[in-house]
Amino acid sequence: MTLPQIFFAYFAVALTGLSLLVVTRRNPVHGVMWMLILFIHVAGLYLFLNAEFLAAIQIIVYAGAILVLYLFVVMLLNLKKIEKERKFQHIWIVGLLVSVAFLTLLIPLLGKFSVYPPPGEYSVERINSEGQIMTVGRVLYTKFLLPFEIASLILLVSIIGAVVLSKRKLN
Amino acid sequence: MSGNYIPSHYLPVISILAFSVLVGLGALIAGLLVRPRRPYEQKLAPYESGNLPVGEPRYRFSVKFYIVAMLFVVFDVEAVFLYPWAVAYDRLGLFGFVEMMIFIVILLVGYVYAWKKGALTWE
Amino acid sequence: MIEFAILILKIAIVIGAVLLHVAYVVYFERKVIGHMQSRLGPMRVGPHGLLQPIADGIKLFFKEDIIPAHADKPIFYIAPVLGVVAALSSFAVIPFWESFHIADINIGLLYILALSSVGSYSIILAGWASNSKYSFLGGLRSSAQVISYEIAMGLSLVGVMMLAGSANLRDIVAAQSGIPFILFQPIAFFVFLMAAIAETNRAPFDMPEAESELVAGYATEYSGMRFGLFFMAEYAGMFVMSAIASVCFLGGWSGPDFWLFAHVPKVVWLLLKIYAFIFFYFWIRATLPRYRYDQLMNLGWKFFIPLALANIVITALIKLAV
Repeated sequence: MTLPQIFFAYFAVALTGLSLLVVTRRNPVHGVMWMLILFIHVAGLYLFLNAEFLAAIQIIVYAGAILVLYLFVVMLLNLKKIEKERKFQHIWIVGLLVSVAFLTLLIPLLGKFSVYPPPGEYSVERINSEGQIMTVGRVLYTKFLLPFEIASLILLVSIIGAVVLSKRKLN
Repeated sequence: MSGNYIPSHYLPVISILAFSVLVGLGALIAGLLVRPRRPYEQKLAPYESGNLPVGEPRYRFSVKFYIVAMLFVVFDVEAVFLYPWAVAYDRLGLFGFVEMMIFIVILLVGYVYAWKKGALTWE
Repeated sequence: MIEFAILILKIAIVIGAVLLHVAYVVYFERKVIGHMQSRLGPMRVGPHGLLQPIADGIKLFFKEDIIPAHADKPIFYIAPVLGVVAALSSFAVIPFWESFHIADINIGLLYILALSSVGSYSIILAGWASNSKYSFLGGLRSSAQVISYEIAMGLSLVGVMMLAGSANLRDIVAAQSGIPFILFQPIAFFVFLMAAIAETNRAPFDMPEAESELVAGYATEYSGMRFGLFFMAEYAGMFVMSAIASVCFLGGWSGPDFWLFAHVPKVVWLLLKIYAFIFFYFWIRATLPRYRYDQLMNLGWKFFIPLALANIVITALIKLAV
């Protein structure tokens, strides 16, 4: 195994293990903490894919914003009551069936997956020569203009949704 | 696939992260060796101005905190879209200006809506 | 291998300097505020109280470490360490002079923002884990404050990235070789400064330590070296914010280039700028009364965020015209 492969193996094992830790903790705040470590590992994996901008975004948006929202929600739960309850409800069998179904859907795709795909338009050297944020900026705001503007509409919907939901709670 | 790329310029970042963890833990461990430990029940009680603690400490808090957290997620994503745009702005020119103005105006609609509905006001 | 040894040495020097600075900046704060209030500040330990920080440090080590009953121990343990790690690691991307920096990464500014968002966990977790009402409410309040001002801070730095065409702090310094960005970005500078004060939970935005209502906020139940770590994180955080303000708006390590000034080591200029900001922190702490929490949140959401957005639009327009 080469050095990059060793790192990839580490991230693969760590990500799987951390995800299991997240879903099996009795204390949901501990689950959120493992998720923070999980997100940091995902950022590390992005670095190995030469995607440093994505790594920064992973931390800023997922760890810094979305997970904080989770934490606010989870802190409200009555922990004493939760820890007394059974960990797995009877519904777990449904969850298992759904995940097995998704897995079987993925199996035919595995054959098409190439470990060393042919080099694309943006090679590591080209991206690094002008800087990653610059490349993302140039491509995102020209070639992917429409998805970018649609993102603003999605964000608008989520602002309205957040306000409507919370106002109902307030009244 | 991370088959052949090592982000070696991130070695300093990892090193300083590890170093600061050692500083933090080291300070605690050094303290552990020299400090006294004489706990008793009253000493371990949560501080409540000298009175006996009443009720649950982690009670339900105002829904305002959730609104702030949710709006924070949205505006954080907006800011994230602005970073690569700002860096590449010289190359994008007028076209980049117009498209970002459309983006900002759409989000301003949401911002004004939240303001009018009182979601930004903290009583 | 030798390169790695040099790297570790560099990190040790920077972090050692920061820790020494943290010890002494607390002393300077007490002195400066003391003199502003016609007092002398610490005078007892050593000449003019110069050994006070050392005495404080020794005291923190020997203090009993009390962990409140029913606290969530693992989280209670890691919360202060998380804060210190986030603050100290931020120094990786600060360019101290032309050839001295720990890491040269293109996402420098984003790295700082990412670490500061991880740092906010230390506050919220400390408040939750302590199992105390004051801690919980203090942690909740200051985490909501920190995340609100994080947006204003991120938006204010967009203007800087537009002018420099990069998020690498070394490129940002290089782009200011002629004129510092504060002259082009006065609004962004103002927003950044206010957001930095709110991010580090300092007066007049020091909500978690609104002593009269929340005791010591999220740090109420912390004692001994654990409390010391929160202190360390706060002062190191001030140092980081001042360094970013100096690098992004005042030209970083660049200084006047004529006569005797040209022979001054570059790092002196950077440190002078950083200490000017730190003095400013003390000055407004001695001058301004504390904001009320609702005023603080309204100010962040209704004033600083639109102001920072307006600054981006204005900057974009001017760049188009020029």
